[in-house]
Amino acid sequence: MNPTPGKTNDSLSDSNSEDACQQQIQKKKKSSTQLPQPGTTQGSCAFDSAMMTLVPITDAAHVVHGPSGCAASIWGSYSSLSSGSMLYKIRFSSDIDENDIIFGGAKKLYKGILELQRRYKPAAVFVYSTCITALIGDDIEGVCKDATEKTGIPTIPVHCPGFIGNQNLGNRVAGEAMLSHVIGTAEPDTTTPYDINLIGEYNIAGAIWNVLPLLEKLGIRVLAKITGDAVYKEVCYAHRAKLNVILSSKALINMAKRMEKQYGIPYIEESMYGIEQINQCLRNIAVKLGNSSLQERTEKLIAEETAAIDEKLALYITQLQGKRVLLSIGSFKSWLIIFAAKKLGMEVIAISTNNNTEEDRIRVKTLLGQDGIILEQNSPQEILQIINANQADMLIADKHHQDTSLTARIPFLDVNQERNHAYAGYMGILEVARELYAAFYTPVWEQVSQPAPWETGNSPEENI
Amino acid sequence: MAIISVTSTSVAVNPLKQSQTVGAVLAFLGLKGIMPLLHGSQGCTALTKAVLVQHFRQTIPLSSTAMTEVATILGGEERVEQAILTLVQRSKPEIIGLCSTGLVETRGDDMGRFVKEIRHRHPELDYLPIVLVSTPDFKGTLQDGFAGAVESIVREIPQKSSKQDACPTQITILASSAFTPGDVQEIKEIVTSFGLVPIVVPDLSGVLDSHIEDSSSAITANGTTLAQLRSIGTSVFTLALGESMRGAAQILDRRFNIPYEVFSELTGLLAVDKFLQALADISGVSVPEKYRRQRRQLKHVMLENHFYFGCKRVALALEPDLLWSTVSFLRSLGVEIHAAVTTTRFPLLEKLPILSVTIGDLEDFEQLAVGSDLLITNSHGVAIAQRLKIPLYRQGIPIFDRLDHNQFTKVGYRGTMQFLFDIGNLFLEAEAKIKH
Repeated sequence: MNPTPGKTNDSLSDSNSEDACQQQIQKKKKSSTQLPQPGTTQGSCAFDSAMMTLVPITDAAHVVHGPSGCAASIWGSYSSLSSGSMLYKIRFSSDIDENDIIFGGAKKLYKGILELQRRYKPAAVFVYSTCITALIGDDIEGVCKDATEKTGIPTIPVHCPGFIGNQNLGNRVAGEAMLSHVIGTAEPDTTTPYDINLIGEYNIAGAIWNVLPLLEKLGIRVLAKITGDAVYKEVCYAHRAKLNVILSSKALINMAKRMEKQYGIPYIEESMYGIEQINQCLRNIAVKLGNSSLQERTEKLIAEETAAIDEKLALYITQLQGKRVLLSIGSFKSWLIIFAAKKLGMEVIAISTNNNTEEDRIRVKTLLGQDGIILEQNSPQEILQIINANQADMLIADKHHQDTSLTARIPFLDVNQERNHAYAGYMGILEVARELYAAFYTPVWEQVSQPAPWETGNSPEENI
Repeated sequence: MAIISVTSTSVAVNPLKQSQTVGAVLAFLGLKGIMPLLHGSQGCTALTKAVLVQHFRQTIPLSSTAMTEVATILGGEERVEQAILTLVQRSKPEIIGLCSTGLVETRGDDMGRFVKEIRHRHPELDYLPIVLVSTPDFKGTLQDGFAGAVESIVREIPQKSSKQDACPTQITILASSAFTPGDVQEIKEIVTSFGLVPIVVPDLSGVLDSHIEDSSSAITANGTTLAQLRSIGTSVFTLALGESMRGAAQILDRRFNIPYEVFSELTGLLAVDKFLQALADISGVSVPEKYRRQRRQLKHVMLENHFYFGCKRVALALEPDLLWSTVSFLRSLGVEIHAAVTTTRFPLLEKLPILSVTIGDLEDFEQLAVGSDLLITNSHGVAIAQRLKIPLYRQGIPIFDRLDHNQFTKVGYRGTMQFLFDIGNLFLEAEAKIKH
């Protein structure tokens, strides 16, 4: 069995003793949510998220070393967009069958890599192990080494069998693969003092495209996007950036820490979701790049963009102001809905997150004020009760609460729409506003919550 | 007679086949009060769920034994036991549908023994049927997983007590993965119109029926009930719809001595004729006027529109059952089959009325489909259709870029007409483009 080689494990637990101590505490606190429990469905596995992190490298071939079911099932679930190569959209799999399990699948994998390199000419090949091939002990490290030597095209092993753990771990393993095999293997043609890397934003639905023009206006060059709409080469020379900006994915913070240690690149953790957040993000980048003229330009840009977006939001504000919403959110990004709702003058009366950690609770309390309610069970009964007690006007939740809002006869917005819509940057707020407005003013809700005439209990004669 | 060719590449590109787990879970979703449980790492569950949620656009009940690294080394019996106990406590399922995955099959977990010993340790679970099906990802395909689950269901749940007499109007209908919820609904209506009482396994028409209730539940709210499943032994006949249902029909024949007939397709004039004649024979009721009228309509529609189909070339990439029925239907309209790709070896493939059929992936399909007038495959064919500039008609699983596919009906005279119109309109549209 060869799931995670020693070095990956070592680097996963940071050697810094203070950090290690912090991690220990976190582990204790979160143990219930981090270890997958039988009889539940808690998110996906390391394999899924390792691919989620690396697949947005658009000119690489991504090969699943395992049954083709693993490759088929993730197909289409990533809506990461590309401005260039479409190679990343092709699903390659070594299609392991019973024979391979008995005799080993490494040879087939090797032959498969050579074949796809001949036919598709990728900039690089990423090979992902799965539960089965890790369990039978296929040496993907060796296969990748041989394939690299034979073809001259970098072939990178990613040790991500699903059973090693949850999504966070998969992101980290992907980060490790980039650190040990990709970053630092090439040099950019030129460097500027304003080179930064964006980390942890995968260009889902094109989110990164809402942000890049802003940085460009400021004269900041994004050296590498790790990994939304990235080409392989740019990840190779990410080590020449002056600053790492981590957006949203906490799991890649270890990567930033290692890059700080190894290449002396400082990092900041920012968000591009929400107007205050993006303002803050741009300011912090300018400060970190340490240039007063850049800071001035940044303030000017913020003023312009904020004014422009305020103007565009004005219509929505008149329509949505004062409405009361109840939120049940599952993912980090959905915090954006709170920021957007507040910006639009809406009142958020209650909120639930999938796992109410202490940190989340504090954050919610600061955002909603002391009167804010935190849902405990997130059950339909609890949601209905709070809707009634607080005269909520809208429910924003995962799809499975749609029926709850019908019962309560109030409009509903599916927060998972984020997969299809870019919410980042200033333009992202506009997208949220548009969706809130559309959900609120659709005539559909009123119609479908009317009972049929024959269900009201009055016979036609009585009505006359 | 078709020659079966298997492409000999070391790398599958754009796989057409889905894991068996997807099929097994889909079959389980047609039973009421069930909680499907996958014995594997949580990703197996999440990914299976993702495919089905994408396809059906609604929440799908599904749980995992969440195998960890340690459990993978030590064995998963405890995880299975813990999962079942947790589910019983939290979701109160009436049935549990337990599927294996590639991980635990490679490991060699003896799940039959697990279930036996868990039952031994927990007599309080005696009331709860646990249907076990082996669904390793490295073998078979969605259709196999679906068929395997149906076989397990009919092997384990129906019991015939000596007190029960055969019910002269009750028949069992086994509907393969080739049928949509809309198809199942139509089949039920047709069968009922003959005065027969159908028990459909699995009854996916309930999947559509997401009516609004006061409380939502973690388990399926519709589908074949446990009482219906238990009474299958008293049915007088089994209609196996789709060749992949033959195995399950044979099990019922062996166990309860119930005769069966396999209908490989329910689309097309002659196929529907044969089906209705069988229903008339079983029930002793003549074909209702409603369907006689529909038949006259279909005849008219076929005569009026056959010009658009003659000599058109269609390329298909579908699971065997769906491939068979679609090919038969298209051939009945005079369409030429330009290329056919499928997922797995299957008894009927050699009998397909075409030159060759390829067991392969969507890359093979893309190469073979060049020069055809229409593509038929799942939503993963969109990019291929764009590259080849050939229109795509979506069939199979997953379909995630169409709104109507759950209710889409291709069976019966009415469904045949619908299918004919859909495809005919695509041909018409292509012709119109050439003229303008």
